[in-house]
Amino acid sequence: MSLDIVVFGAMFVVTLGAALAMLFAHNAVHVALLLVLSQVGLAVAFLLQGAFFVAAVQIIIYAGAIMVLFLFVIMLLGVDRREALDEPLRGQRPLALGLGALLTAQVLYVAWQGVDLAFADGGETAIQEINSDPGNVLGLARVLFGRYVLPFEITSVLLIVAVVGVMVLARRIYSVAPAGDAEAERSEVEEVAV
Amino acid sequence: MTEVPPGYFLALAGLLFTVGVVGVLVRRNAIVIFMFIELMLNAVNLFFVTFARMQGNLEGQVLVFFVLVVAAAEVVVGLALILLIARRRASLDVDNVRLLKW
Repeated sequence: MSLDIVVFGAMFVVTLGAALAMLFAHNAVHVALLLVLSQVGLAVAFLLQGAFFVAAVQIIIYAGAIMVLFLFVIMLLGVDRREALDEPLRGQRPLALGLGALLTAQVLYVAWQGVDLAFADGGETAIQEINSDPGNVLGLARVLFGRYVLPFEITSVLLIVAVVGVMVLARRIYSVAPAGDAEAERSEVEEVAV
Repeated sequence: MTEVPPGYFLALAGLLFTVGVVGVLVRRNAIVIFMFIELMLNAVNLFFVTFARMQGNLEGQVLVFFVLVVAAAEVVVGLALILLIARRRASLDVDNVRLLKW
């Protein structure tokens, strides 16, 4: 299929290009928008490989909910802030780029060997068969609520812990103002020590 | 389904992960560093989906959901921490936060 290669090529360029542009964007909002672009490209990569539900979740949760949270915090802290791109640590940036290049070389070498990596028995068409017979969502549900039901329940504990943790972090102590004080209407807001 | 070999997807995922690592090392804005961590998590998701296709079962796709839950929890707690630090130091530069107590 030549069309698949074309779609893959376009997705590759958009996803990697957006990720690389993130490195050079001064404004945090631009970085966030480029990350959204990169995540939409990844959703296309999931679709190409038959992971339909994961692709939908990628767009709804990652590109939608999580990035909105990021943009919300960026706006809250002020969008006009420009980040200084110079580096105070001597030699840190060349070292980072050198190690990054080394990691890239390793990744490309491993992936090159993976290009003709063998599929598992019937792996080439297995996902396709699952997607057509019980369907992608039903198949996922059977795995998630069958074999992985205990990890699934444990993630609820993780989410509760995260919610409680954020509530503790964001808490402010309202001290009672002395009666008759002019400031009594407004109770003093005191920040919890970080 | 696509006939693009899985190695190409693995290469893309690896390159995205590398960009994420370099971004965390090079950038200094705390929120931007956080977004590069998100990029790394996304790259790992692509690894999982590609391996699921190679193995011919859905377990890799299920693992993506667990990564997603961990990412959501991490973002919420991390952004709360960043907000508190930014309120205190009036700066998002991670180089300013070098004392354990102040």
